[in-house]
Amino acid sequence: MTAAALTAAQVEAAPMLEARDVSRTFRVSTGLLKPKRTLQAVEGVSLLVRPGEVVGLVGESGCGKTTLARMLLGLLPPTDGEIRVVGRPTAALPRRTIAQLVQPVFQDPYSSLNPRKSIGAIITLPLRVQGGSDSATWRAQVEEMMERVGLARSLYDNYPSQLSGGQRQRVAIARALINRPRLVICDEPTSALDVSVQSQILNLLQELRRDLGLTYLLISHNLAVVEHMATRVAVMYLGRIVEEADTDALFRAPKHPYTQALLASVLTPEPGLGVPDTQLGAAYPNPLDVPPGCRFHPRCAHVMDICRTVAPKPVASGEGFVECHLYGTP
Amino acid sequence: MSERILTVDNLRVDLPVPAGTLHAVQGVSFHVDRGETVCIVGESGCGKTLTALAVMDLLPARARRTAQRLELAGRDMLSIGERAMADIRGARAAMIFQEPMTSLNPAYTIGNQLEEALLRHSRVSRRQARARAVYLLERVGITAAASRFKQYPHQLSGGLRQRVMIAMALMCGPSLILADEPTTALDVTIQAQILHLLAELQREFATGLVLITHDLGVVARIATRVVVMYAGEVVETGTAAAIFSRPAHPYTRGLIACIPVPGRTRRGAALGTIPGMVPSLVGKSIGCHFASRCDYAIDACRSADVTLEAARDAGHLVRCIRHAELPALAPTRVAEAAP
Repeated sequence: MTAAALTAAQVEAAPMLEARDVSRTFRVSTGLLKPKRTLQAVEGVSLLVRPGEVVGLVGESGCGKTTLARMLLGLLPPTDGEIRVVGRPTAALPRRTIAQLVQPVFQDPYSSLNPRKSIGAIITLPLRVQGGSDSATWRAQVEEMMERVGLARSLYDNYPSQLSGGQRQRVAIARALINRPRLVICDEPTSALDVSVQSQILNLLQELRRDLGLTYLLISHNLAVVEHMATRVAVMYLGRIVEEADTDALFRAPKHPYTQALLASVLTPEPGLGVPDTQLGAAYPNPLDVPPGCRFHPRCAHVMDICRTVAPKPVASGEGFVECHLYGTP
Repeated sequence: MSERILTVDNLRVDLPVPAGTLHAVQGVSFHVDRGETVCIVGESGCGKTLTALAVMDLLPARARRTAQRLELAGRDMLSIGERAMADIRGARAAMIFQEPMTSLNPAYTIGNQLEEALLRHSRVSRRQARARAVYLLERVGITAAASRFKQYPHQLSGGLRQRVMIAMALMCGPSLILADEPTTALDVTIQAQILHLLAELQREFATGLVLITHDLGVVARIATRVVVMYAGEVVETGTAAAIFSRPAHPYTRGLIACIPVPGRTRRGAALGTIPGMVPSLVGKSIGCHFASRCDYAIDACRSADVTLEAARDAGHLVRCIRHAELPALAPTRVAEAAP
């Protein structure tokens, strides 16, 4: 049986998306006449997304979130390891099949929509790529989807420049959903939006998830948004997932010192609490120069001798795991 | 009575646009005392950045600024000339912008730019300027400050660049710092560090701080007083405690209901929303600017301009004719996420 024709039963039973020990390196230039160096953007990451889950992926910029997302979308081959979509290795699946199952919504709706195409044409494109229907059916489908994401049908012939940021993000969501994918990878879907528009988009994503049975991988640096949306959270630091737990456990009792610092940095609107001291120091991690041992040790408030030389192994903890010497090496 | 650093009274900024005149800032008034942090909060396009630029006389050339009063540390800034203003800028009042990369000169070293800030304004030797720069770099948490001195802006991370900007703002010991979204481009961990640092230095040097942001979390944690702007106007102002525990304007209430708060909003529950869009500020308008999006708007809101009135707490002002009866009215949309 060809990979292109997965049956509904096969899709139902398998984990939606799985990364198995995935790594990705880039060769980067460090200057004229200097030799190229290897940047380890993602190193040995394993992540499982089950049907119906909302998995939050958090971490600072440069930690490899977006590289991981691009690999999960099939846009970038991993240098090592394997990505599976509904149980099939993506390396063996045609692009078009991956696109049918997994779709992205990107951060910036100003640059992710082609300014020279009408709204209708933008949302129709995935249908044309998949083929197999006529333009009248497409138009009906597109208009139905526009309505569903809260765009007036009358905007069909408008251009992105005529829309507000929130409306553009709705167009991006409609385009992602038009082929009824199973999984949507949202990479900072509301970071470029005002708070009043952010809440509308978050509400819409929740509604669509309920109505269409979607699974989300939500990448965000906004922990309040992740706490609100996600059922499970993975915390990335310098290319590795250092802690994974269900949302309640992670926010109630964060284990990894980095997760603790991240959560401490969330500024909730509670006057009088002041700005916390995160104890992280001013040293910013450099992915070109990953520290030996635990990669977090130069910024860690609880650093021990072992952390400087030995990389911690994941330790199971509840439903998830934590990668830190404080919790013992099995 | 504490020392008044900045007085802004009835500030207006008009911008000519093809369709007419855009009234970007419409009679904004606020003041900053020594040692105070005043946060100007609002969504994009509400006029908060133009307000700051108007105070610093850094508006684009086509913009027209008028005000009843604009005083910095007792000096009238409306009548002084270009040269005198250049002496004030940097020395008495410093500005920190959102993206430090665009406000640092890529062709000069960090040290050079820091020294320059002091040498431009005071009669000190380069050696003295360097000593102060190194001291301040250390104060803003940059280790090995002396070696950073020879580095260029592109060699630093975003967080370090913003620290350099803060050090630069402090070089001349200004009475007022205006920071426009200083942490918006940074990671949350770095944001917390930078704000922690700003608050600490502001206490230590007793400067007045005006912080412009759209992030209500930042406002709640750092502000002494809050100025909420909507469509070019101040719609509410008061202490941080009053604004967050007893928001009086429907817009402020709506904004607070929009944001998810870990441990407070129920996971997955619908967040509050503010329907509709910000009205166009081109041409003359009458009535409350928020009326078209407000759940409580009545005819009287649309027929006459609304002035700032005193709300319950001292110093708490609100631009809403129904603010007194609001708590008794059933909110239609904000129920779900309210504390």
